[in-house]
Amino acid sequence: MRFLETVMGIPMSIDVRDDADAAPAAERAFRVLHEADERFSAYRPESEVSRANAAGATGLEHSTDFREVVAIGDAASAASGGAFRIRRPDGTWDLDGVVKGWAAARAAQELASSGLRDYCLNAGGDVVVAGTPRDGRPWSVGIRSPHTPDEMLAVLAVTDAGVATSGAYERGSHIVDGRDGSVARSLISVTVVADDLTTADVLATAVFALGPSGVPWAIDAGARGVLAVDADDRMLGAGELAFAHPPSAE
Amino acid sequence: MNSRSWRGTILFTVILVTMGATVGLKLYGIGEQVSASDTSVHAATSAATAGTSGATSTPTPSASASASASPSPSATATPAQAAATKTVTGSAIDTRYGAVQVKLTFTGNTITAVDTVQAPNGNGRDQEINQQALPILQQEVLSSQSANIDTVSGATYTSEGYIQSVQSAIDKR
Repeated sequence: MRFLETVMGIPMSIDVRDDADAAPAAERAFRVLHEADERFSAYRPESEVSRANAAGATGLEHSTDFREVVAIGDAASAASGGAFRIRRPDGTWDLDGVVKGWAAARAAQELASSGLRDYCLNAGGDVVVAGTPRDGRPWSVGIRSPHTPDEMLAVLAVTDAGVATSGAYERGSHIVDGRDGSVARSLISVTVVADDLTTADVLATAVFALGPSGVPWAIDAGARGVLAVDADDRMLGAGELAFAHPPSAE
Repeated sequence: MNSRSWRGTILFTVILVTMGATVGLKLYGIGEQVSASDTSVHAATSAATAGTSGATSTPTPSASASASASPSPSATATPAQAAATKTVTGSAIDTRYGAVQVKLTFTGNTITAVDTVQAPNGNGRDQEINQQALPILQQEVLSSQSANIDTVSGATYTSEGYIQSVQSAIDKR
């Protein structure tokens, strides 16, 4: 059973394989995503982020969600020596590097707490997989080639995990190395597999900002596996990477 | 749709940061060469060939199977084999960069994961590309490219980008 909605301007899909009516659970999951958008969108003048930025350092009382997102971002910032950042040089909040993965992870929790076991949530390329698509096998998660949208760099076999990819190949997207403010260019694609999507998403961004030295670093920082491509098209890997097999080899 | 082959095939190198498969190979008694390879270029070149074929239509795993070199029994998995998953943890071995220990995960006879149990800190690890380990990982990566996919992870796209994406095709199934 598949569900598709656009949230944060991004099409997001939920694919449930349980033999159950998943519509109510999917609706709750999408609601979580919409709520996160309302609270954290920089494009909404009434969002908590926009109001906080308008108020400046004098500060407002932040919501629990806001403090949670900031805590995640601060932890990643500290662990990465400042390469990952959630504050711009002018002091305003830039929480986008945390919010999408965090919100999608929460949406997936909504599916789990509804009793669903076999599902895949894809929030614009950030993926949560649980259980099995069929026959007990793991989910096959394709990693988009950084050069060609319809080709795969590799296909990973994973489950009960979050998978996030950072890249600079989508128009207008870039990641800044918070240590010096420069645009990170030494890697062109970074995929992180972790137990939860919040971790995977933050680490993928952090590795992208750190460059090749971030690949083994991410394993110590909580990733299960990292697969990256550098600017010379060399592939780097660390940790546990289980690859899917073509049908003929199964 | 495959009119463009992988732009970077020539450098399509798996740099196994952990040098891991050395231990795996040792388990098979195949070799102990922890000595650095002169041949990241060689390996890259052979991968390039495999990569091209992998990216274009008929990526038979047996073809890349092992790429000439790889002496590992894992390369030629027989489909009939029960696809049981098991893991083997190698003993820690000393390299000039420090102790290395990895865990290999097999599905049937195929290595499906290389997991670091212990790795040295320090520089130069990525120069330590084991010539024999490399093809195994390359083969895994390349043959995986033609696996069926349930979903796609990628950098966040716009709605426009989504329309062209494989994920949008999957969502329409």
